[in-house]
Amino acid sequence: MPKSNKSEIEKIEIDLLLEAINSRYGYDFRNYARASLKRRIINMVENAEVDHISELIEKVLYDPEFFDRFLIEMSVTVTEMFRDSEFFLALRKNIIGILKTYPFVKIWHAGCATGEEVYSMAILLHEEGFLSKVQIYATDYNFHSLETAGNGLFNLEDVLSYETNYVDSGGKKKLSDYYVAKYKSAKFYDFLKENITFTHHNLVTDGVFGEMHLIICRNVIIYFNKELQERIFSLFNDSLIRDGFLCLGAKETLEFSGIHSKFKLIMNKERIYQKESGLSYAEV
Amino acid sequence: MPKYEAIVIGVSAGGLEALTLIIPQFPKEFLIPVIIAQHMHEKEDGFLTKLLNSKSKLCVQEAYDKESIRAGCVYIAPANYHLLIEEEKTLSLSSEGRINWSRPSIDALFQSAADVYGDDLIGVLLTGANKDGSLGIKKIKENGGLTIAQDPTTAHAEVMPASAIQTVSIDHILPLQGIADLLIKLNNE
Repeated sequence: MPKSNKSEIEKIEIDLLLEAINSRYGYDFRNYARASLKRRIINMVENAEVDHISELIEKVLYDPEFFDRFLIEMSVTVTEMFRDSEFFLALRKNIIGILKTYPFVKIWHAGCATGEEVYSMAILLHEEGFLSKVQIYATDYNFHSLETAGNGLFNLEDVLSYETNYVDSGGKKKLSDYYVAKYKSAKFYDFLKENITFTHHNLVTDGVFGEMHLIICRNVIIYFNKELQERIFSLFNDSLIRDGFLCLGAKETLEFSGIHSKFKLIMNKERIYQKESGLSYAEV
Repeated sequence: MPKYEAIVIGVSAGGLEALTLIIPQFPKEFLIPVIIAQHMHEKEDGFLTKLLNSKSKLCVQEAYDKESIRAGCVYIAPANYHLLIEEEKTLSLSSEGRINWSRPSIDALFQSAADVYGDDLIGVLLTGANKDGSLGIKKIKENGGLTIAQDPTTAHAEVMPASAIQTVSIDHILPLQGIADLLIKLNNE
C-alpha cells in the first residue's frame, strides 16, 4: 500500500512537532487522535502562512506567543448548554434521585472547556433543590477556557439559542431567569458557582480526582487515541466511588476498552455508565 | 480479497433516495467497508441508519468513536459530528466547528481516509447542493485512489458532483445504478 509521499512526510513532521512541544513545554499531544489533530495543525500552517508543518517547529520553540496560539487552536471545542437535552433529562429523572441518598455529593466535569455544561448542571441541581449539597470540580488543561468558565460570561446570542435545549431537558423555569443580559453578553448569577471549583487538570498527564459520585466527560476523549483513552478510563475508574456514575458523549463508548467489564451501561442512548459495586453475586 | 480496502461516500441533498438505491444492492459477500458522510440536520436521530439497515444485507450502523473498521459493514457519520479515519483503521469523531457550513464534513472524511488508505481507497461523491467533498476527492485522486462522481445531469442536486468534476479529473462519472454496478464489480475483482 504505497501511500503518497506527502502524507508520509506530513506524518513525520507532525511527530517531530509534537516531540518538540512536549520537550519544551511539557504539553503532551503525542497520543491525541491524529486525524483531527492533523486538521488543526494544517489550519495553523495556513494561518501562519508557511508552506510546511515542519516550519511550525521553529515557531513554537522560539515564539512563546505562537505556542500560546497553538494551544488555543488545539483546544477549540464547540460546546453548548444542555447539549443532548435527553441526557440532561435522564440525569434529572433517573440519576439525581439516587445521588440524593448520599449526604454530600462530588461531581467532576473533566475537560469542561468554557463551562457551558457545568452551568447547565448547576441550574439542574438548583432546580432539583440539591445544589447546596454538591461540590462540583470543573477541570480543563486550557487556562483561557477555565477563565471564561470561571467568569460565567457567555455570548448572549449563543445563550438565547440554548433555551430550547433547556426546555427539552426538563427545565422548570426559563434559562433567562439565570442570567443578566448586558450588551451582547449573558452573565450567569454567582449563586450558581458557589459550589463550583474551576481548576487546572490535564487528563493526559495528571492523576486521580478522589471519591467522585459522578464524572461527566462528554465529547472530550474523542480527541484522544485508544491508548490515551485507556489511561483516562482507568483514571475515571479510580476516581469514582463504588456505584458512581460515568457520563460520556453520545457516540463515545467503553465497549472497546479493557475497563468495560467494570462498568454497567445503565442508559444506552444517554451513555450513562455505573461503576460495578465490586461485590460478587455470592456476597450479595 | 478485493484490491480496495475502503469506500468513502459523500452525499447531501437527495441523499436518502441515492443511498437507499445503492446500499441495499450490495450482496452479503460485499467485503469492502463503506463509510458515509451524509449532511443531515443536527438533531437527526439515526433515522437514515435504521432505514438503510432494514433494507440492506450488510450491517449499517452509526459510527462510534475508535470503532475498528470491519469488512461487511457500512458506517454512517452521526449527526453533528465529523467522522475521520485514524491510521490504525479505526473511526474517529470530532465535534469541532463546521467546515464549509457542514458537520459532518465530507472533505474531512475524504482527506483523512486518503491519508490512511492511499491508492486502496474508492471515493464516491453523490447528489448535493453545495461544494463540500471537492477538496476531499481531489486528495483521494492525488493519493492514487479511485474517484467516482454521480453524473450531475442525473442528480437530485447537481452542485456537489459538478463541483468535484470541475476540481479534479474524476475516473468514473455515472448515474446511481452505474455506480452500484461498478462498486459490486470492484468488490468481486
